[in-house]
Amino acid sequence: MLTIANRTFQSRLFTGTGKFASSIEMENALLASASELVTMALKRVDVNDERDDILSHLQHPHLHLLPNTSGVRTAKEAIFAAELAREALQTNWLKLEIHPDPKYLMPDPIETLKAAEALVKKGFVVLPYCHADPVLCKRLEEVGTAAVMPLAAPIGSNKGLEAAAFLEIIIEQSNVPVVVDAGIGAPSHAAQAMEMGADAVLVNTAIAVSENPTQMACAFKLAVEAGRLAYEAKLAPKQAVAQASSPLTDFLAELGD
Amino acid sequence: MDSFKSLFSEYRWEEVKARIYAKTATDVRRALASKHRNLEDFMAMISPAAEPFLEEMAQRSHQLTQKRFGKTIQMYVPMYLSNECQNICTYCGFSLDNKIPRRTLTDAEILKEASTIKAMGFEHLLLVTGEANRTVGVPYIKKAMRLLRPHFANLSMEVQPLEQQEYEELIAEGLNQVYIYQETYHEADYKIHHTKGRKSNFDYRLETPDRLGRAGIHKIGLGVLIGLEDWRTDCFFNALHLSYLEKKYWQTKYSISFPRLRPFSGGLEPKVAMNDRELVQLICAYRLFNQEVEMSLSTREHEVFRDHAFKLGITSMSAGSKTNPGGYAVAPQSLEQFEISDERSPEAIAKMLQSKGYEAVWKDWDLSYDVK
Repeated sequence: MLTIANRTFQSRLFTGTGKFASSIEMENALLASASELVTMALKRVDVNDERDDILSHLQHPHLHLLPNTSGVRTAKEAIFAAELAREALQTNWLKLEIHPDPKYLMPDPIETLKAAEALVKKGFVVLPYCHADPVLCKRLEEVGTAAVMPLAAPIGSNKGLEAAAFLEIIIEQSNVPVVVDAGIGAPSHAAQAMEMGADAVLVNTAIAVSENPTQMACAFKLAVEAGRLAYEAKLAPKQAVAQASSPLTDFLAELGD
Repeated sequence: MDSFKSLFSEYRWEEVKARIYAKTATDVRRALASKHRNLEDFMAMISPAAEPFLEEMAQRSHQLTQKRFGKTIQMYVPMYLSNECQNICTYCGFSLDNKIPRRTLTDAEILKEASTIKAMGFEHLLLVTGEANRTVGVPYIKKAMRLLRPHFANLSMEVQPLEQQEYEELIAEGLNQVYIYQETYHEADYKIHHTKGRKSNFDYRLETPDRLGRAGIHKIGLGVLIGLEDWRTDCFFNALHLSYLEKKYWQTKYSISFPRLRPFSGGLEPKVAMNDRELVQLICAYRLFNQEVEMSLSTREHEVFRDHAFKLGITSMSAGSKTNPGGYAVAPQSLEQFEISDERSPEAIAKMLQSKGYEAVWKDWDLSYDVK
């Protein structure tokens, strides 16, 4: 069971709502994933319309909405968008995304830290999307974010844990949950992140653009569960040198040394 | 001030054209095998030598587009505010020497058009005018934006080139994107096609995206008017322009459009015809060259083409478009800027997309992002 800001989750798979062929397909995939936290772009929904196509397909008691600020370029824009989302959607949970670079959607560390600090003070539960930068993650933790969401690889790239060396440090050092976000393209990547000790993973593109999103969502669900079980069971350590079955120094004991 | 002009002046049209036409199947194979494709690869992919590789290009382009943009198509629609224009352009129905009734929408007419467009489901609106600075200058555009901004999630415009300061003023009013097509990068031919008016200044138009980038616009739409000159050479220069802008104004998004010269009142026959197969080749070449650039397909193209080509790299489409001021509600029968080919309703386009496993996205921006 995972706890973030006093909310507990049975599932450690967080999902997104973008890139699906239809809202019905999205809904079916989210249900198959068993995910309980679903991020959605504020820019895609009409928060004033209860019949909004995306929102209306997210009306399930176990699904918690996590509005994101995708599209903003500065801390100022993010704060404004967050306040609008809180008012309209009646949630103070927020996935903070600030990427001024529209090509690779790289998160801006300076603006993200600035916005995170301000939003925490305004009472938001902030989950910031950030680079796999161990120092930045500690700084975000210090200003009070409820989790950190470092990327595994460029968003939408499906490249897997390209930033593994840094993710390991972040996981080791963190006092808040670490949700590996962006770049996870296959269930095996998700399992690997969970084996490494990540508290959760967020997957969108790999599910949404597969040939069968519902089946892929199910595959990710199982992979995340398998990865977590393996982490809890503690993986057998990798050996740098061979352990001989017939030790070469046993004779010393026979000699009484 | 530093601009694209200095890079552009390092190239000679005829030399570029000769290099494109000299590309071989080996060059195309090398381009397709590259991990990071450069401008040389783009040349190979738009060359005649790439024609036998069209299906392979289409398959790869489809995959890359779906990975980046998902199974979605952004919907937008143009609103023509005025057909008054002080330019003489050989290819445009709004040309000063074309004797058509002129109209500029009043405040009440703008709101009437807006109401009809909203009822069609659109949230992304493209404002279009001719170039008549006294009647449809910046004060008029600003007033129109103030009227429209509260009703739409996203406003873009396609009007005359403006100064950086003027763009900054309009961005502060909520302007998100500006489309500025060079028409042709062939300087001598550009002057033949733009004989009178401020549009005849080739350099001023060429440097417009730089002024937009400096003003901090969110998105710039680029393109050439296909049919004025050799399309392969023109599109190479457009790709060169795109690459330059992306590196310099890295916070700005970019989109490409492919307007093919269409019939209009008093029309010009295209100098160079581009067939459907070649347009598909161009769309795929852009996608293989640049995986992030947005690409739009307007109602200039016929419906059978749109029904199939949207999967190959396109990210946005217009629907139900009227190219005359007041065409939706105020004066539906007036003369259009050019004839459209796909006359299906927005609802019909959304259904077509759905039947092919895609979702029509009506809203992908929010008023709350326009923080002053």
